[in-house]
Amino acid sequence: MMYREAQAVYVLWLRQIKRFLRAPSRIIGFIVQPLFLLLVLGLGLGGAIFPGLTTGYLNFLAPGVIAMAVLLSSIFTGVSVLWDRQFGFLQEVLVAPVSRFSIILGRTLGGATMALVQGFVILGISLVIGVTITSVSGLALTVLIMVLLSFTAVGFGLIIASLLRDFEGFQVLMNLILTPLFFLSTAFFPIGSSFPAWLRTVVLLNPLVYMVDGLRGSLTQANMLFSPWLDLAAIAVMCVIVMVLGSFLFSRSEA
Amino acid sequence: MLTTLLHPSAGRAEICGHDIVRQRNEVRQDIGVVFQEPALDPELTGEENLDFHARIYGLRPGLRSQRIKEVLALVNLIDKKDARVKQYSGGMKRRLEIARGLIHSPAVLFLDEPTLGLDAQTRRAIWEYIKKMNAEEKTTVFLTTHYMDEADFLCDRIGIIDQGRLLVLDSVDRLKSSLGGDVLSLTCMDTPKLSTRLAKESWVKHMTTQGETLTFATDHGEEKIPLVMDIARSQQISIHSITIRKPTLDDVFLYYTGRNIRDKEQEASVKVRRKRWGVRRQ
Repeated sequence: MMYREAQAVYVLWLRQIKRFLRAPSRIIGFIVQPLFLLLVLGLGLGGAIFPGLTTGYLNFLAPGVIAMAVLLSSIFTGVSVLWDRQFGFLQEVLVAPVSRFSIILGRTLGGATMALVQGFVILGISLVIGVTITSVSGLALTVLIMVLLSFTAVGFGLIIASLLRDFEGFQVLMNLILTPLFFLSTAFFPIGSSFPAWLRTVVLLNPLVYMVDGLRGSLTQANMLFSPWLDLAAIAVMCVIVMVLGSFLFSRSEA
Repeated sequence: MLTTLLHPSAGRAEICGHDIVRQRNEVRQDIGVVFQEPALDPELTGEENLDFHARIYGLRPGLRSQRIKEVLALVNLIDKKDARVKQYSGGMKRRLEIARGLIHSPAVLFLDEPTLGLDAQTRRAIWEYIKKMNAEEKTTVFLTTHYMDEADFLCDRIGIIDQGRLLVLDSVDRLKSSLGGDVLSLTCMDTPKLSTRLAKESWVKHMTTQGETLTFATDHGEEKIPLVMDIARSQQISIHSITIRKPTLDDVFLYYTGRNIRDKEQEASVKVRRKRWGVRRQ
């Protein structure tokens, strides 16, 4: 019984990895896009002075780009359940004698693994182009936050996949909700004094802010809004809520 | 419902003694399912798809590789096992799915329209595989189909379902003989008139008309042809042609549903089941 569940988690994880490695366009897309942001924005705007920025712009930008890469990749893993539904493969998984929990766990771990690999690739490149990390313990905290981010985003993707029927809806959601959230997440620019008060409130309600701020606090300590530990706590709470909700909606959905 | 993907609205059912609602995981272990739509991962190879299935059903490593080899041999896909499924043809995908459904040695295999949309040659091949697997693996096969010839060729017992109701469930031979020994089809000028007249004869059974064609079942059909000719002549109806044949499943279907399958392929599905209990495994 336990053996079967463990095998199921493993094979679902393996499948995610294989699928990822066999889609070169996906690898390139998910690594090149953040890299592009990092290089173009980082080096291009590196000389510009943002109001309220306490360190170099690259140190500010890199954690934001890493957060974005991890989140996008993980959301995609969750949403790719839609593909499985479309290709009928989801049925095959759902008639198998394993618990829904194992199915979700395997998929989440697979997505998180790939997202972390991407995160590390970008982190490595950041270090090469001159981002400075403050401490080794901070790096460990960074990894922990990346794992939680990834789980949260897979859960979020599962919620979307359970509510939507096709990929078109996801595109719309992406443009209408995720893009504005990313721009207001402080990933690309700090909240300056020029921000009107209402926009500040909006920013503080954006869950992505805590994720970006947590990574920034642990990695480079540039422009922290909160203590990284507070961010970590906020992310952990979000992670639990989203994962529970995502699992519930997924287990309720029929193929 | 029997595959545990849908909840029954009422009633209960058991597969191999396991309740389909309360003992879902036990039921899932006992059955194999081949869906109407392909349910393979196109990015994985054939063997990887089988390995995925074998692991998710909890087969131990030794048994796993042994069963994968066996089922690949059964459906003749050993040469193609390392090709990605997206490069497979429709028939190969079907075969791979049938093989996959068998890996964990289920007691019952559900096949939902296994040859839908395949060419005649591939259909034949799939039928052979189903027969072979039924004989070699001693698996009960539960298949649904629209094709009467498929049901006739493969099935021991057949159930006809029309608009959600099971109309009849019996062996192929008994279903056919329930219509009478022979089926006579004739075309003539005035079908309504002739059918009204023939309906008075006690040996005319299960009469249906379709345009100019009139079909009915009777015993000793060859002796009835002259009788029909005489009756037609007495009514001044000229008969263009008469054919006599043994009843087919099409006739059976027509009789039980009251319509021709071609008229209603869209609205009703025929459920056909093949039951051949071999060694029963739990």
